[in-house]
Amino acid sequence: MDQAIEVARQAANQWGYLAAGIGAGIVVLGAAFGIGKLASAAMEASGRQPEVAGAVRTSMIIAAALIEGATFFALAICILLALK
Amino acid sequence: MTQTPAPPDSLLTTVPSDTVAVAEHAEFDFNHLLEHLYDSRTLEYPGGHWDIPPFSPVQIAGLTIDFSVTKHVFFLLLAAVLLTLTAVSASKKIRKSVVPTGFANLIEVFVVFIRDEVVLPTMGHAGLRYTPFILTTFLYILIMNLLGLMPFGASATGNISVTAGLALVAFVMIQISAIRAQGFTHYLAHFTGGVAWWLWPIMIPIEVLGIFTKAFALCMRLFANMSGGHIVILALLGFVFLGQSIFFAPVPVLFVVAINLLELLVAFIQAYVFAMLTAVFMGLGIPQEEHGEHGH
Repeated sequence: MDQAIEVARQAANQWGYLAAGIGAGIVVLGAAFGIGKLASAAMEASGRQPEVAGAVRTSMIIAAALIEGATFFALAICILLALK
Repeated sequence: MTQTPAPPDSLLTTVPSDTVAVAEHAEFDFNHLLEHLYDSRTLEYPGGHWDIPPFSPVQIAGLTIDFSVTKHVFFLLLAAVLLTLTAVSASKKIRKSVVPTGFANLIEVFVVFIRDEVVLPTMGHAGLRYTPFILTTFLYILIMNLLGLMPFGASATGNISVTAGLALVAFVMIQISAIRAQGFTHYLAHFTGGVAWWLWPIMIPIEVLGIFTKAFALCMRLFANMSGGHIVILALLGFVFLGQSIFFAPVPVLFVVAINLLELLVAFIQAYVFAMLTAVFMGLGIPQEEHGEHGH
């Protein structure tokens, strides 16, 4: 009986792993898309006006860190799902 | 039937139970690798480990608080001591001559960077009084992050309680700077956001929630970046055991070296972003002289 409960519990946990995996994939999709757009805009701006390249780079890093912050929210939730 | 080791209760647990569940027939102990991420009561040094004796719990206002030193608390204190020694020795050198040399020169690079690139653009001249706070935030988080990359080190910022404490301090300072600069009534009026009076029931809860989400984001960003980096390093190290051969081992080790270099960059960037965002949020509350108050 205990073995059956254990198997059922582990079977129920599989969905948590699946959800965490799919969630992490979608999270990375969003983050990479956002940061990619950001980086392309920064490259274009640096190409047009090389003298502001320093300021553009600083703002790019700040914006990238903010986007990554949101990413990590979602990633932490995925980890919680995987560990439940 | 696949044997999975019993997962810990939560990644956010600061002190796990002392008995670690061991996988029954795994080739390597997954939990032993995870122990590098969690807080623990033993300090490891080259040649052995030291079980830190716990303090007895203290009763404050009905709560039982355990103030004993754990691994992350030890690194918190170590970073504080290192920062104090660094700052005091650099300031002593600067007192001797206006032009700094040597170590004081290096520290002056950081100080000037924080003052000119972080504090002045965001807070203006009224914010120069907060330069020591932003500088301390930056250097303290930087030292804690870097200590995590040392051998036998652990990053205290990989513990959500530590980052929550840092975010709490930043939150308090943001409100205090706003109240100091605008006055308490004007600070409260700020929550209405300048909209018409019939929108206030919607606006005020959103604004109040906003100040908490900013601090919460600071906490989560630093925690997830630091612990996420270490998780990646440990996961790649696990590949060494998967390969089961010494000829495959250099490949994961090279990956780990690359990820460690990335983590070095991330340590600097996250310390800078924390300090910069704190300065930005403080600057939002300080009225600027040139072009009126920064709105919402």
